[in-house]
Amino acid sequence: MADRKNILDLYFLDARARLIDIAAFMDRVDRANGGDDFRYDAFRAALKALESGKPDRAGKVLLAFSDPTDEPILAATTKAACGAWPGADNA
Amino acid sequence: MRYIEPHGHMVSRTTDDYQAMAMAGCQAVSEPAFWAGFDRSSVQGFYDYFCQLTQHEPRRAAMFGLPHYTWLCINPKESEDLKLADEVLAIIPEFMGSPNVLGIGEIGLNKNSRNEMLVLEKHIDLAASNDQLILVHTPHLEDKRKGTRLILDALKSDSRIRPERCIIDHVEEHTVGMVLDDGFWAGMTLYPETKCTSNRAIDILELYGNERIWMNSACDWGISVPLAVPRAAQEMKRRGSDPGQIDKVIYQNPIEFMSQSPRFTAPEGL
Repeated sequence: MADRKNILDLYFLDARARLIDIAAFMDRVDRANGGDDFRYDAFRAALKALESGKPDRAGKVLLAFSDPTDEPILAATTKAACGAWPGADNA
Repeated sequence: MRYIEPHGHMVSRTTDDYQAMAMAGCQAVSEPAFWAGFDRSSVQGFYDYFCQLTQHEPRRAAMFGLPHYTWLCINPKESEDLKLADEVLAIIPEFMGSPNVLGIGEIGLNKNSRNEMLVLEKHIDLAASNDQLILVHTPHLEDKRKGTRLILDALKSDSRIRPERCIIDHVEEHTVGMVLDDGFWAGMTLYPETKCTSNRAIDILELYGNERIWMNSACDWGISVPLAVPRAAQEMKRRGSDPGQIDKVIYQNPIEFMSQSPRFTAPEGL
């Protein structure tokens, strides 16, 4: 079992910097012009996993961005993934 | 430190990378067939690529004292074109006898389409018919969970496939459990932005143990770090991992899996 103080000694400053980066990213999105975007909707949904107080937050964040369906799509119209599921009508 | 790079697209890298890897303790490299970053226009393009993987690249690696192994396939990114896929599948057996070929890979899915599934099933049949190991690419980002499930189901539906002879690569926190629970090997790809960071990979090792799992850099022509594995090993050390456990994950485990192919020779033995 890892020592909590040691984990914080190793990773607190790095995590703190990433958290501030996320906050600044959200401020940047808010300042920008434009409408809703499925990627940002997924992002905000994923943030809820951080405050759940339950284990496997990383897994839950990944699932928040994931395609929840189980059947193959008709055809691939692009090679790239964008990081968030756009919904069945846009996949 | 000694390690195996079990998944590196070395044709995309410079000789400086080979030199740095050798100096960091790399003992062997394994290179799955990959998408070139653009679609090849004909089967002849794949023929030349397979010649590069089986003839030219082993010579380049040998200049730095590194044994070079490879895997053959048409990548799922090029699997929408069924006619081309069939043509490529038809020439793979010609290269299977090459002394550095360990199996079929990296096969799998990209966008989880019907044609990708058809080509995946043909690759699985090709591997099973020729008693080849399988190295699987799982999809990116939002497509990974679904694609990993589809791939595992396709492998399990072929009774000739033994899970311990298949590695499912690019696992993350939401897919590693399903892979290991089904008896397959799992690969963690260490990328700066997508896939898995070193810290998350070490977390996964702490949660799931160090059996049937390896780490790789998957260094290619995109944003990737050829020294990602030794860097992760250094992070394991910083976190207090036992040197023997580090050696198991980055050296012994790749040897254990790849030694299931008679073409693989352990660099120093276990």
